Amino acid sequence: MDHSPALTSDLIGRESEVVLFEVERGAIRKFADAVQDQTSACVRGDVAPPTFPTTFRMTIPGVSFDLARVLHGAQEYQYERPLRAGDRVRCRVRVADVYHRQGRLGEMTFLILAMEGQDESGSRVFTGTTTAILR
Amino acid sequence: MIGPVLAARPDQDLDSGSVLPDLRKPPITKMQLVKYAGASGDYNLIHTDDETARTVGLDGVIAHGMLSMAFLGEYLCWLAGPESVRRISVRFVAMVRPGDTLTCRGRVKERRTSNAVRRLRLEVWTENQRAERVTVGEAEVEIT
Repeated sequence: MDHSPALTSDLIGRESEVVLFEVERGAIRKFADAVQDQTSACVRGDVAPPTFPTTFRMTIPGVSFDLARVLHGAQEYQYERPLRAGDRVRCRVRVADVYHRQGRLGEMTFLILAMEGQDESGSRVFTGTTTAILR
Repeated sequence: MIGPVLAARPDQDLDSGSVLPDLRKPPITKMQLVKYAGASGDYNLIHTDDETARTVGLDGVIAHGMLSMAFLGEYLCWLAGPESVRRISVRFVAMVRPGDTLTCRGRVKERRTSNAVRRLRLEVWTENQRAERVTVGEAEVEIT
């Protein structure tokens, strides 16, 4: 696998493009089926499960890493309202922080990504924060 | 499944420290990990291909942390209703493997009531069949 460049604090503030995602009923149903989520509204595909924004995948220029060396350390989502089938959300993800820590396995890099999704009127629907740990 | 289970509870059963009912999930299977990879778009092969998992020092595939978090998402929907989840925040603290059975558990940390809306801050976690916590976190839900 390619050797990805080191992640440094220079990346803080760097952003993805704004990407429009349409919340599809079928995608909600498929997600609920995989999770064996029995929430009726999710099984029907009406309301997206709380972790559904994980399906909104975006890239930030200059931020890449070897998937085999990354651990998902933590994740948060905050909602103004739930996502529903038919919603069109404009999402963007930004490097909120990069820092290094000495751990048991040597130096680890912590990459904090902040995501926001807005509805078509520009109101925030949700935010997400990802902590990725690279070893 | 019927719910939300907390809506019918009186306030005194939602005080700080109140233990919430459990949600036990079926055992995790490799098929589930393949389906979750497809549904979520996380195609990291350490979750679906044993050979790849072994090249990074694992015994075999491990579950996506986000799958355990999704279980907690379902737990919150079951407790409070899918329209009521305001925040979910977790740390992934241990690996989950096919064959593991996870149970979602929780307790109330704080209850605030205003205008007939009860906002609950919950401690939530998933634990495996050995009672080891694998995903730990906090959530906020609003119930009317």
